[in-house]
Amino acid sequence: MDTQINRLPASTGLYVDHNESITFSFEGKNYTGLAGDTIASALAANNVWLLSRSFKYHRPRGVMSMAGLEADTLVQLDGEPNVAADRRKITPNLQVSGQNYNGSLEKDKNANMGAFSKFMPVGFYYKAFFRPKGIWQKFWEPVVRKRAGLGKIDFNSPHSYFDKCYKFCDVAVIGSGPAGLSAALIAAKAGTEVILIEQESLLGGSLNYSRFDAEGKVASATRNELLEAVVAQPNIEVLTNAVCNAWFADNWLPIIQGNRMYKLRAKEMVLASGKMEQPAIFHNNDLPGILLGSAAQRLIRLYAVRPGQRAVILTANDDGYATALDLLENGVEIAAIADLRPSPIATPIYEQINNNGVSIFAGHTVYAAAARSDKNHIQSVELREIIGQGQCKNESKHFDCDLLCVSIGFTPTYQLALQSGGKISYDDETARFSISQLPKSFHLAGAVNGFNKLSSLLDSGNQTGKAVCDNLGLDTKGITSQQTMSSTSNTYGNHPWPIFPHPKGKEFVDLDEDLQYADIVNACKDGYSEIELVKRYSTVGMGPSQGRHSALATARLVANETQRSVAEVGVTTARPPFRAEKLGVIAGRSFEPERLTAIHHRHKELGAQMITAGVWWRPGYYGQPKNRDQCIRDENLVIRNNVGLIDVSTLGGLEVRGPDAAEFLNRMYTFAYAKQKIGMSRYLLMTNPAGTIIDDGVACRFSDEHFYVTATTGGVDNVYRTMLWWNTQWRLDVDITNVTAAYAGINIAGPNSREVLHKVCNDIDLSPEGFPYLAVREGTVAHIPARLLRVGFVGELGYEIHVPASQGEALWDALLEVGKEHNIQPVGIEAQRLLRLEKGHIIVSQDTDAMTTPQEVRMTWAIAKKKPFFVGGRSLQLIDNHPSDRKLVGFIIEASQNESPKESNIILDGNNIVGHITSVAYSPSLNKIIGLAFAKADTEPGMQISIKLSSGMVIQAQVVEMPFYDPENKRQEM
Amino acid sequence: MPLGLLKYGFASKYPARRDIPAPKDLNKSYDVVIIGAGGHGLSTAYHLARYHGITNVAVLDKGYIGGGNTARNTAVVRSNYISPEAVAFYKASVELFKNLANELGYNQMYSQRGQLTLAHSDASVRTFTLRAEVNKHLGVRSEMVDRKQIREIVPCLNMGKNMRFPIQAGLWHRDGGTARHDSIAWGYAMRAAQMGVEIHQRTEVTGVNINAGKVTAIETNRGTIQCNHAIQAVAGMSSVVAKMAGIQLPIRSYPLQAMVTQPVKPFLDPLVSSAGLHAYVSQTARGEIVIGGGSDPYELYSTRSTLDLKESLIAHTLELFPFFAELKLLRQWAGITDMTPDYSPIMGESPVKNYWLDAGWGTWGFKATPISGKCMAETIAQEKTAAMIQPFHLDRFKTFKLSNEAGATAASH
Ligand SMILES: Cc1cc2nc3c(=O)[nH]c(=O)nc-3n(C[C@H](O)[C@H](O)[C@H](O)COP(=O)(O)OP(=O)(O)OC[C@H]3O[C@@H](n4cnc5c(N)ncnc54)[C@H](O)[C@@H]3O)c2cc1C
Repeated sequence: MDTQINRLPASTGLYVDHNESITFSFEGKNYTGLAGDTIASALAANNVWLLSRSFKYHRPRGVMSMAGLEADTLVQLDGEPNVAADRRKITPNLQVSGQNYNGSLEKDKNANMGAFSKFMPVGFYYKAFFRPKGIWQKFWEPVVRKRAGLGKIDFNSPHSYFDKCYKFCDVAVIGSGPAGLSAALIAAKAGTEVILIEQESLLGGSLNYSRFDAEGKVASATRNELLEAVVAQPNIEVLTNAVCNAWFADNWLPIIQGNRMYKLRAKEMVLASGKMEQPAIFHNNDLPGILLGSAAQRLIRLYAVRPGQRAVILTANDDGYATALDLLENGVEIAAIADLRPSPIATPIYEQINNNGVSIFAGHTVYAAAARSDKNHIQSVELREIIGQGQCKNESKHFDCDLLCVSIGFTPTYQLALQSGGKISYDDETARFSISQLPKSFHLAGAVNGFNKLSSLLDSGNQTGKAVCDNLGLDTKGITSQQTMSSTSNTYGNHPWPIFPHPKGKEFVDLDEDLQYADIVNACKDGYSEIELVKRYSTVGMGPSQGRHSALATARLVANETQRSVAEVGVTTARPPFRAEKLGVIAGRSFEPERLTAIHHRHKELGAQMITAGVWWRPGYYGQPKNRDQCIRDENLVIRNNVGLIDVSTLGGLEVRGPDAAEFLNRMYTFAYAKQKIGMSRYLLMTNPAGTIIDDGVACRFSDEHFYVTATTGGVDNVYRTMLWWNTQWRLDVDITNVTAAYAGINIAGPNSREVLHKVCNDIDLSPEGFPYLAVREGTVAHIPARLLRVGFVGELGYEIHVPASQGEALWDALLEVGKEHNIQPVGIEAQRLLRLEKGHIIVSQDTDAMTTPQEVRMTWAIAKKKPFFVGGRSLQLIDNHPSDRKLVGFIIEASQNESPKESNIILDGNNIVGHITSVAYSPSLNKIIGLAFAKADTEPGMQISIKLSSGMVIQAQVVEMPFYDPENKRQEM
Repeated sequence: MPLGLLKYGFASKYPARRDIPAPKDLNKSYDVVIIGAGGHGLSTAYHLARYHGITNVAVLDKGYIGGGNTARNTAVVRSNYISPEAVAFYKASVELFKNLANELGYNQMYSQRGQLTLAHSDASVRTFTLRAEVNKHLGVRSEMVDRKQIREIVPCLNMGKNMRFPIQAGLWHRDGGTARHDSIAWGYAMRAAQMGVEIHQRTEVTGVNINAGKVTAIETNRGTIQCNHAIQAVAGMSSVVAKMAGIQLPIRSYPLQAMVTQPVKPFLDPLVSSAGLHAYVSQTARGEIVIGGGSDPYELYSTRSTLDLKESLIAHTLELFPFFAELKLLRQWAGITDMTPDYSPIMGESPVKNYWLDAGWGTWGFKATPISGKCMAETIAQEKTAAMIQPFHLDRFKTFKLSNEAGATAASH
């Protein structure tokens, strides 16, 4: 059975398709709406107005703006909390429920919370709940937390697809009402590329639902003409259902359309976002059935919904009378009109209503509204005559009604303008906010700039269109505007004080937060009189609607209470976003790159356990996890005794070329490179300006002006960035390129490495004299052009072979093949780390921290003292005069069955912490536990250090000379 | 219903409690002028009045009280630092937090709901282990937890191996918690004012007068006031104000942003942070989810918000909590953070006699509000840097005796 008792005939309802019904459910009950209906409009058509319960007092609430501005329309969908019912369209079988109730939405067990509101004065949670000590966390916080929040989050909510798209244009026009459309047309006609952004599904803005004349004709006529012109304009791209959700520096605009975010950079920005109608403040002003006038108009014209049967209107401007005409024409009886103005202006619209015989009470307000017996809807209002600011006579007139429409004033939709740095001011005469001091490329058009009549809206749009063109240096002389009307400058009608306190309270200033008149006033009385303090103390404006309906009233109340002007009090800072935005949309598709070396698949085939190293995947060890320790031990020994292969492709590679290449390295690194011989490599140590070690590697000199520089896997990106950063200042004649991914690298190491390499490399003299330790060569390996570095990476005879990444796998295969007779084995980075530890090599960022200097790790040998400058040099000199309290030492412990020390165990001196273990492992070559630790600076080999194990036990370790293995370094120099 | 609220319920007229005094004229001179009415300045004022009997004090702020970073921070209160001096300092602050509401008669809603910091890499596991070891040694409740324990602490966390950098382990800090940030400033303001301290809002300091190496007066937009002592506690403006006294600080100032979602029913009690993802998350008493991350990449004195940071921060947050995709962001904001080279504050003596520094609070100073005030008050009263803050002395940058907190500050503030 169709229960859409409030549905109007097909002659109205721009958004809805009267031929297509959709069934959905609300609170477990099925309803029918039309395609194009929002949840709220479809429910309204079914005469369902109660949507949710309020945050604090659990009061019944429904729509007020029909524009998605308030918290009270937030409903729960499956898997999605806090959905604005007056914006989300219904879809077949959509399951909707209300939010924040205990029991049922209609009969909330917490509905009487409001009765205790006097015991919950503003900021009450600061004033109590803490005696005796500890009671807050133990008792009260859990009670409060349980009540917090609105909707429910679903841990298993289905994963949606979100994406992003970049856009660029000359002019972005936000809002497609009369002003936005005319501004866009002028700009487009002048030849600019325009993007017109509209949050609704159809262009037109207020032309779609407002009434600008007594006959009710001009809006649609104007709309049709402007839209035709826009469609005919190839320069205008239209985005509907798209919200420009913030303004970021230089017109960088996130435009959200469904699950997509456009990131738009606009040269010029026109904000034609219109105005937000404001509620009036009186007793029970929050009851369902109390709508803003514009909401009633939206229901009628956009959704073909009659907002009620019998209405009262509270107004202070022409808009209230326009709403009254709309209601009358759509079969709603008007019980009374209360006009806050002592003598309303007799405009044509007013006259028409007056002639209709509707009772108009000038100088009256709605003093209170009363609810139906179920408490869930308005049933009547009480009118009183106004005798002063916020004061009324005691006599009242009562009118039954199921609808109250409020039109007492507006604020501009100013959020984006304020985000751009615009300042808000308040004019006491017109009682309205206005905006100034905008960036030069930011323009206001239409109602957001205070205009109200159609003529002035169009005119404002035309003027703005021209201003935009002027900024872009375009001529607009020949351009005719689409619509011109004789314009008289005017502003919309704001009443300065639509605020009427009541002895029983419940005159809500902020509906989101259930804040009443007294809460704001009392916040000032408590001393919180700066507007930001009022906000923070009372929470006014902090709810989901971010003060859209409360900012103006709060400013007026605070100004009044503290005897300042509204302008002086101001509003709180406007922050992005404009509308609440889904986190999924902001994140988009996640982009977390993974990098694989050229040999990755071979590692997998060989059974490697892959581990992450920065963004790369590297083989940890080859074999089953259950045999981990044995694998690492075997891999260690294969290099010590035979020959092994390590994939070192992830190590950073940088080409540094140019006449100043050596000078550049001299400045970037601690060592000296000017006199480095061609064909030789040299250690690199990089410090930051504070003298902290930040990376290491080797520099290979292939010619006077060409160095090939290596860096650590995790450090190379930062090294590259740092190099570019410095050279923008130094302007040395040098070219720096990060070639990390362009090369694959394989380290072949072990006493048999020369023999294996010899089989696939015959254009380089590999003899100890022909290719000595620390030399570098270019040649071919397995017919692949290669760079060879003889470095002491793992402390054995070894070669690092760098080849184009595309050839990495071929090189790996060739070396494994020719190494077969030596039983060559692949070696992972776990064994590599151990091999390097045995040689006492530090790992930057493991054995160093964010303050470690070369002095602390005994690497002053790598500092060239005679250079005039290098980054960090000055600090290192100073540090020489202020020696550190700690240094890195090597220690050994006899291997035993007991608890072994772990990395990060602390070193104690008495009870004081003096350092910690940075690396520790069992060395199969030495059959001891070896490690590096920070200890007191005066610690010397032969002494003991105290290690506090994770269990709390303290053990002693012997400090020894380093390296632990092959102290004379004979093996790597073979 | 707590008894404290009964009087409000039964009173016929609202029994206003003037927490923050009404504006009044400036005196010609004060014993102590405190520049900056943020949490730190007000805490100092309170401790001077309450424990040292010094009440001829003016606290000046160019804006409203607590409107700087006190108003903008994400209220992480923890003591799981890495250097022994910092652990001792922040631990002392946590102790003060525990009794703060009762000491001030103002509820800060301080709650130790625990903080879980996630490690996604070996390097983080090592650093966290070190923090746990140091903390345990100094009596702070921190321990390493494995994936199974993490699941128990925060069941809704994404423990999937398909995450780009799966969670390996965590640092579980039971002493970690949070408080209602603004109310710290208000509570101290209320009690300080009751003891005679003057608080002047909308009073901007524009100059510092020095005679023979000693501070003599403070210039403001409302006139010049004489003083015997002055202390600056201006957070993001430390370099600018110090410069008025001719002092150069080793500080770089970066914006730090944070954001909050619409309220949802509570589901997350502990504070969760991830060093690798540069993101941290908590749920407030109102049900909102607060999300924060690392500082912006370049120096700036503007509190504008940016889209770029929001995009990357939220993307990272969704790695931890994929179902947040359906949550809605309500507000984003920024504050200016004064970063020191070693991520520790600069406190105590300055090159100008009787001009005291409480600066370099970077992204981590909220939790120090009680202890800083206590130590700075002691410093001023004794005219000598208090022992506990000696390691944070400005001179350490000359002698390279830095107090390294880089490893314990990233992304959990
Ligand atoms: C987004 C963000 C998140 C953070 N999260 C945390 C966190 O989770 N945990 C944590 O411990 N810390 C955090 N912090 C850091 C913390 O907020 C600050 O370190 C701390 O609040 C500093 O307090 P304060 O009282 O020193 O400074 P503020 O509160 O900034 O007060 C300084 C005051 O000085 C005033 N002032 C400045 N210049 C002048 C002048 N010339 N004349 C007069 N007055 C002046 C300002 O108006 C301001 O009110 C965060 C910071 C930010 C920005």
